[in-house]
Order: sequence, then structure tokens, then C-alpha cells
Amino acid sequence: MLVLVEQSLNGLQFGLLLFLLAAGLTLVFGIMDFVNLAHGSLYMMGAYFAATFVAWTNSFVLGILLALGATLLLGIALEFIALRHLYGRDHLDQVLATFGLILFFNDAVRLIWGPAGLSLPLPAWLTVPVQIVPGVFYPAYRLSIIVVALAVAALLYIVVMRTKIGMLIRAGASNREMIGALGINIKLLFTLVFGLGAALAGLAGLMQAPILTVQIGMGENILILAFVIIVIGGIGSIRGAFMAAIFVGMIDTLGRAFLPDLLRTVLSSAAASTAAPALSSMLIYLLMAIVLVVRPEGLFPAAKR
Amino acid sequence: MKKAFWLAGATILALAQPALAGDTIKIGFVSTFSGPTAVIGNDMRNSFELALDHLGRKMGGKPVEVLYEDDGQKPDVGKQKTEKLIQSDKVDFIVGYIWSNVLLASLKTAVDSKTFLITSNAGPSQLAGELCSPYVFSTSWQNDQTPQAVGTYMNQKGVKSVFLIGPNYAAGKDMLAGVKSTFKGQVVGEEYTVWPSQLDFSAELTKAKNSKAESIFVFYPGAAGVQFLNQYAQAGLKGQIPLYTAFTIDELSLPLQKDNAIGVPGAQQWVNDLPFPENKKFVEDYRKKYTGLRPTFYGAQSYDAANLINSAVVAVKGDTSKKDEMKAEMEKANFKSVRGPFKYGNNHIPIQNFYLQDVVKDADGQLSLKTVATIVKDDQDRFHDKCPMKK
Repeated sequence: MLVLVEQSLNGLQFGLLLFLLAAGLTLVFGIMDFVNLAHGSLYMMGAYFAATFVAWTNSFVLGILLALGATLLLGIALEFIALRHLYGRDHLDQVLATFGLILFFNDAVRLIWGPAGLSLPLPAWLTVPVQIVPGVFYPAYRLSIIVVALAVAALLYIVVMRTKIGMLIRAGASNREMIGALGINIKLLFTLVFGLGAALAGLAGLMQAPILTVQIGMGENILILAFVIIVIGGIGSIRGAFMAAIFVGMIDTLGRAFLPDLLRTVLSSAAASTAAPALSSMLIYLLMAIVLVVRPEGLFPAAKR
Repeated sequence: MKKAFWLAGATILALAQPALAGDTIKIGFVSTFSGPTAVIGNDMRNSFELALDHLGRKMGGKPVEVLYEDDGQKPDVGKQKTEKLIQSDKVDFIVGYIWSNVLLASLKTAVDSKTFLITSNAGPSQLAGELCSPYVFSTSWQNDQTPQAVGTYMNQKGVKSVFLIGPNYAAGKDMLAGVKSTFKGQVVGEEYTVWPSQLDFSAELTKAKNSKAESIFVFYPGAAGVQFLNQYAQAGLKGQIPLYTAFTIDELSLPLQKDNAIGVPGAQQWVNDLPFPENKKFVEDYRKKYTGLRPTFYGAQSYDAANLINSAVVAVKGDTSKKDEMKAEMEKANFKSVRGPFKYGNNHIPIQNFYLQDVVKDADGQLSLKTVATIVKDDQDRFHDKCPMKK
């Protein structure tokens, strides 16, 4: 039973991290109708900035705050210099251009930081496990990811549902032309949304950095999961991204945790240990396939006109 | 017009000439030069180049040409690159291969064309057994051997139970099977993770912790080793459940693993401080030529591969068409290996010692690997009986 609690926390932590990445992607895709494959590069840049700034300032908190700001600025600069020229274009052009950006960022990182990767060490107060319920110890850092991501999710909810900017964002997701026609500065709104998405991706990257290593191409695998999530959740829907991310995180982790034992009851031990990882990584895509068949618009689609 | 045509034809012929005449020794080198594990490929290339420098960039009096190809850690790409090197570049030797699954995919192409293949890392069990070939040699080990040595060491330490974690691909399965074949205690759990995409091991660590195993064994090469040690430490398992490793801590991962790696034992057939003159020269010259870098076992094996090829080419005085003679020469392992002298088994896999290695702070205050003890002497892999080639 306690194992289930701990594994669920693992799943929740992974899901929330995916949410941060998917939230930015779904905003940009849903509101700006822009396919941004370079979203994973922003995730990577967040991690590299954090590793660099933490080493410079010798302070973990200060370093990650600086890194967050840097990723936000990078996102805005990227939108201003390159991406805004692609809005009117076909999705294929956007895919090609942002794929080019992935290559650009990977090689830029190789030039600046070298090919070997960096590590982002945690301060001592985050490396100890904490007791959450009697008998269950959980890594403090993973717990802090859960707390931060939940706080960010709540903040996003308030911004999107309760503020004027949020209203414009929601309006933009429903009908882009109309809010342009109503005299809203849509260019500024787009830059803002893109910057916000970049900062969220950067936050996901820098929070993942101490768990994983900071390395070139780290955003590419996880970006696939982020796309799966926005498809499951419904493109443009923050609520959908949140629910889908938690689903995906839970399915992935619980699948890995319990599927091998489940399979061992029907298969030989060796066959089960080989089949389980393959099958558990398939579960997410099965879920996506089912959602696409049953509800092609996603589980929680953004309201359309 | 006609003249120009002939001229062009002659030029093309002249350009193509060196390849036809065979004045150079052509070597194809397949490894990973892109993505997160490119550092391993770079180390292998650096060491191979250093070996060529030491050989005066000539073998048997002929200049050496090396063509490096990137497999991107993908079996299908590795196979394509191997085909390209053999079929269109017509190399005399093909070297490299970090990953067992890439090697297994590429093997048939090399064997069918009777091109010598020297694996300077991957050692899948199939290659030592039923897939052994007169044209394939290893300057590394068979995958099971290193974890077998770790299992033996765990017996010596009196470990009673273990939880095994490794990646779900050819080498991962060999590694866990290797520990199981020598470890006398109880194996309470065995987990395979998706390779190479899974980098988060929270679910597996939770299971290991709750299994009440006395120890954990892992095999995670490259960056995954850094991630595993990070997460193992963050979960508070360090000092609680001792960790034993194979191919998880090396000179490339150590600068990132830092203190997490201290006190985590591993086994290896080569360590940078082995007291052989060839090894001292290799390590010192490597650190001189590539400032800031240190050679790994991947590099040491690639350095040996160059010298093994050289021994064969010298024996036939540069005439690489004499394949039987080259094979006979290589079977003698007649070169100065940086790991010390070794012999080849019937399956062309080295019969060699395995050492216990530990992480210590060296004279420069940097973390480095150190030989602590010899775990097994003259170890031969446990698949050689399945190989149809006999001595």
C-alpha cells in the first residue's frame, strides 16, 4: 500500500513536470496556431542557463531565478527575430523552420558549453529524503517539484481565467481573427504568450536538470510526450494539458512499476521482464490512439466558436 | 569534345587510382559521434588517433586512412554505415561499436564480405557463442564477464541479496545475466528500463527500496549512469543500500557524478593506473594531446584495436589480401596491450584479468579511478563452448 503511495507520487511528479512543458506548447499551438518543435530546445536552454547561473552565483535559488528570466527573454527574442515571420505560413513551413532551430540550438550549445554536458548539483537541504506519512520517505527535491508545479498550475489558472490578459488569451484561442478585429494588439499578445510558453518550458528544463544531466538534445524525447499530452488534452486547453499530463505521468510510472509483476503472473519471468518496459512505454500511445478515435478533439477541448 | 571526354575519364581514373592499387590501409570506424553519448565516440576516436600517431600513421610501411562514421546510437543507422564502409569505401578493417545492439545489426554485413571487424567495446553473448566468426575479433570483453566479476566480488563481501536494474537491450540483458551467473545470494528483483529514452528511474528505485534487498546492482553506460547515481543519492539510498556497478562510472561520467560516485565499486579489465609501460605512455600522451580530457576504457580498447590491426598488417607486410595470414597473426594477440598481456580464446574474445576499481581523489585533487584488487585472473567468457570455431 505504501509502495502505491510512493509510486503515485513519482507519477504525479513526472506528470506535473510534463504539464509545465505541455502548457507552453498548447498555448502557442492553440492560440497562435503555430507548431513549435523548438519548444524542447527552450527546455534544454532553461537547464543550461540554470547550470551556468547556479555555478556563477553559488546560489541555487538565485541561479534558477536568473535562468528563468533568461529563458523568458530568449523566448521573446526568438519570437521577435524569427518566429513572427512564420505565423501566416503553412504548418509544414513552421515545422521545417522550428526543426532548423532545434539543430541551431543543439550546435550553439555544443559551441558554448561543449559536448560533454553539465551537472546541476542540489543544495544540501534538497538532497535529503523527507517523511511524508509514517514509513514513506520521499526525495525532498521531487517533492519540491510537485509543490512548485502545482503552484505554477494554480497561478496559470488564475491568470487565464481571472485576468484581462487571460481573457484575451482565451479569446485568442477561440477566435483569433475576431479579437484582432476588435482592436487588440495581437502581435504583442502573441509575443507575450510565446515568452510565457518559453519560460514554462525553461522552468520544466531547469527543474529536471538536477535529476537528469544537462545535455544536448535533452528536450527532444520529452517533447514527443508533450505533443501526446496536448493531443490527449485538447489543443489550446490548459485544463486539458493539466489533466492529460497527470494521466500520462501516472500511466507511465505505474505501468513501469506494476506491469512487470502483473505480467509475471501469466508469463515466464524472463519474458515478462523484457516485455514489460516495451509494453509500459506503449501504454501512453495506446491512450492517445483511443482518445483520437473516441474524442478526436481531445478530452477537454478549448471552447471553439 | 572527344579530347575533353578522354581527359575527364583519365582524371577520374587517376583520382580513383589509390583505392584500386591499395597503397593505403583503409580502416572504417563506426561509433557514436552525435547525441548525448557522443563523448564516448570522441574518446574512442581520440585514442585511435593517438595510437596512429604512436605508429607514425603507417602500418606495414603503408599510410593509414581512417573513415569515421556516426551510428547515432541506432542499430539501423549503424548497419547502413557499415554497409557503406564495406561496399563503397572498401575498407580493409572495420572498428568501433559501442553498443551491442548496433554491433549485432551490423555484424552480418562484415562477416559476409569477409572484412575483418574489430569490436573495441560491444561484446554481446551471441558474438562469443553461436555468431562467432573468423573475421571478428574483440579488444574488449564479452558483456557478461565484467558483471560476473562484480558478482564474485559481492560474494567475497558476503552480500546476501541484490536487486538488479539495467536497460532493456542486448547488453543490459547480458549484464544482469552475468551477475546472476556468479552471485551466490538471492536475486530479489530484476528491472529493465526503456533504452535509451528512459532517464528517470524513480519507479525502479522505489521498488528496489521496498524489496528490502541488501544491495543494488546497475549497468548504465554514458550519461544514464550520471542520472542513476543522482537519483540514487537523492532518494537517500546512499549509505542505506550499497550500490555495485558495471560500466556506470568512468572518466567521462565521473566529472558529472562527482561525490555521488565515491564509495561505489565497479569492475573493469583496464584501469588508467595499471602498471604497464604501454599503459603509462597511453595515459600520459592522451592527457598531453587532449588537454583537460582523460582516457576511458572505451579509449584503451580502441587504442588496442589499432595496435592489433597493426600487428596483422605488419605480419603480411602491408598486403591486406592475405586474410588467412592476418587472421592467424591476430589470434596470437601479438602486440603490447595497455591492459597487459592477454590471450585470445577460440571465439576471438580476450581471456583476461578483471580488476576491482574504486573512486579516489588523485594528486591533482580530481576524482579518478584506481585499481584496488584483482577479482579474477585469466577469465574466459562462458559462451566460448557454443562457438563452432575450435582452436
